[in-house]
Amino acid sequence: MIKVENLTKYYGERLAVDNISFSVEKGEIVGFLGPNAAGKTTTMRILTGFLAPTRGEAWVAGYNILTNSLEARQRTGYFAESVPLYTDMTVRGYLSFLAKLRGLDRNRIKARIEDVVETCHLEEYIDVLIGKLSRGFRQRVGIAQAIIHEPEVLIMDEPTVGIDPIQVAMTRQLIKELGKERTVLLSTHILPEVSIICERVIIIHEGKIVAQDSIENLSSVVSGVKRFRLEVNGPSKQITEKLRRLPGVVRIRYDGSTYTVECAAGQDPRSKISEAIIQSGWTLLSLEAVEMSLEDIFLKLTTHEETEGKQE
Amino acid sequence: MRNTLAIAGKEFKSYLASPMAYVVTGIFLAATGFFFGTSPSTYIETSINGFLQAGVILILLFAPLLTMRLLAEERKLGTIELLLTAPVRDSEVILGKFLGSVFVLTVMLALTLYYPLLLNIFGDPDIGPIVTGYIGLLLIGYTALAIGIFASSLTSNQIVAAVVAIGILLALYFVGFASTFLPKALGDVVSYFSLSRYFPDFMGGIIDTRGVVYYLSITALFIFLAVRSLENSRWS
Repeated sequence: MIKVENLTKYYGERLAVDNISFSVEKGEIVGFLGPNAAGKTTTMRILTGFLAPTRGEAWVAGYNILTNSLEARQRTGYFAESVPLYTDMTVRGYLSFLAKLRGLDRNRIKARIEDVVETCHLEEYIDVLIGKLSRGFRQRVGIAQAIIHEPEVLIMDEPTVGIDPIQVAMTRQLIKELGKERTVLLSTHILPEVSIICERVIIIHEGKIVAQDSIENLSSVVSGVKRFRLEVNGPSKQITEKLRRLPGVVRIRYDGSTYTVECAAGQDPRSKISEAIIQSGWTLLSLEAVEMSLEDIFLKLTTHEETEGKQE
Repeated sequence: MRNTLAIAGKEFKSYLASPMAYVVTGIFLAATGFFFGTSPSTYIETSINGFLQAGVILILLFAPLLTMRLLAEERKLGTIELLLTAPVRDSEVILGKFLGSVFVLTVMLALTLYYPLLLNIFGDPDIGPIVTGYIGLLLIGYTALAIGIFASSLTSNQIVAAVVAIGILLALYFVGFASTFLPKALGDVVSYFSLSRYFPDFMGGIIDTRGVVYYLSITALFIFLAVRSLENSRWS
């Protein structure tokens, strides 16, 4: 449904997107994850036809975004990061205008407005000027306009930023709902969001794709490193020292109540840890393996280069 | 066409909803009314030349105030992203905006029709020059709007858009006067590009084809430039 090949975008001299390729299959909800200024918005703007790529090609719903731009745009719903709205229009006027631009005929527009207003819970605000709406409702109007023409592909740029937690939960639920019939590319820098909504993640950093896989696979890729969390009754300094000297232990952190031990790949020093603690006369209260969270993966992937740079 | 009309309709509505169009129309009517009422030509020739002469300058100053919003505001608010990602051609966007402003200017000029109506009640004016005068005024007005839209497409700052447009318009209007200081051959060429060159003919009751072609060409040229400027923003 979305196919991107060797896409590159320069803003003048500055490289924003560096030769990225990926694809999103029909019916997938894919998370597009990256820190700020990673190139997420630029990529999405290229896919929606707002920007032209410097090099490379992309297809949306089977149409090339450069040569068949109008057809591709027709089949795309776009929620832009800045939530662009005409503040001097009512919700109804705004939705009707955009529906018209996207080629819906008069009768259809009426029916669709009713549908999306219901989907996005905007019934009470339909004749209110957008300028008078609060941020959360504006966000919903933004989503309503993105789906009014029943696009095959939805591209959503940070749809849950700046709204309250209840609305965030609602928005996520809505996107999940929408993703049942549509292809969704969702950009975010909120990590838990991805694990809630998405089936697959593409992680982009400094214009490059650093990883793309299902969430489960990603954790196993990066979890060459294993982590354990333990609770021990005893003097923390000595415990830290003792554990650090054990073979296979790479790093140890103490946060006041629990110790997190990071081990080298392929090593499982659990038995050695418990032995060492018991021999020293301390009490081991608990010892458990910690799954790498998406957050850890993300940090690992996106800070990788920096730490390497520092070592050199 | 459908898209163009949708955009034109939306623009027309937002003109009606914002004070700018009313303020511009109000001042335009007051000022042209003053010149119409005090010009000797109104009483001696029973013509509307007093209104036309002032009107043409006022249009050059006021048309940019009507158009400055059209694209600059979209850029500022980010709504340009909606227009450029909708399945609409860039030319349809510009033409729609142009058409929206054409409606407003036409309504504004239609409101001045009571000047000739008064003349007709209290005297016996020659209808020919009145009709051609209005044609000339509309043509020059549409040219000014096209230039205004082009200027608005260049920036996200409405004031800058208005100033640039007024600058281009004044330069084109007064370039004719520069021709008197230039060598004859060059001066003749330059004067062909002058916005003011053809207007006296229209006021005098003549529809000069060269004038019509000139105004329409300049309009088309700046509409084209505005479309290119919009396209260009995708490649920045």
